[in-house]
Amino acid sequence: MHLARVIGEVVATIKDDNLTGIKLMVLQPIGASGDPAGRTLVALDSVGAGVGEHVFFVRGREAAYPFYPVEPPTDASIVGIVDHWTVG
Amino acid sequence: MQIAEVVGTVVSTQKNHKLEGAKLLLVQPLTLEGTHRGTALLAIDAVGAGVGERVLVVIEGKAAGDALGRKAAPVDAAIIGIIDSVDCPETE
Repeated sequence: MHLARVIGEVVATIKDDNLTGIKLMVLQPIGASGDPAGRTLVALDSVGAGVGEHVFFVRGREAAYPFYPVEPPTDASIVGIVDHWTVG
Repeated sequence: MQIAEVVGTVVSTQKNHKLEGAKLLLVQPLTLEGTHRGTALLAIDAVGAGVGERVLVVIEGKAAGDALGRKAAPVDAAIIGIIDSVDCPETE
């Protein structure tokens, strides 16, 4: 799993049926210091995250699990909102 | 998922039987600013996208197979949505 900040939202009307009702958020992955680290991506939201919040997300096939028994076609999903984190 | 632009179509007659009838499109991943990022790739179209449209591309085997609606299809990328808008307040 990875830390990220939610920086935006995507709206798509025409989409796979299994994505109906699921929010699409733009994420900027961040490192332990909170600085941007890597490419932005779009992830499904399973926890009610909003723009500006720090979250953690999971990549890969497991990204569909939060929506069980629906299996939306996704490769990334937000699975937690980070209250705070410490390093060292 | 990646934001990408559909830049072309791909026609293949001889292919794995699990891909028969599937629409293959050439998609170019984009940055949030809309510039090209990385190499264009082939994706199965699950939503009826066309050249010039901005789309959401999932790059993961199981998800792409689900979008295609076939089990064990040899695919690793699929278009799963056509983007109406992207709203990133802080970058505007």
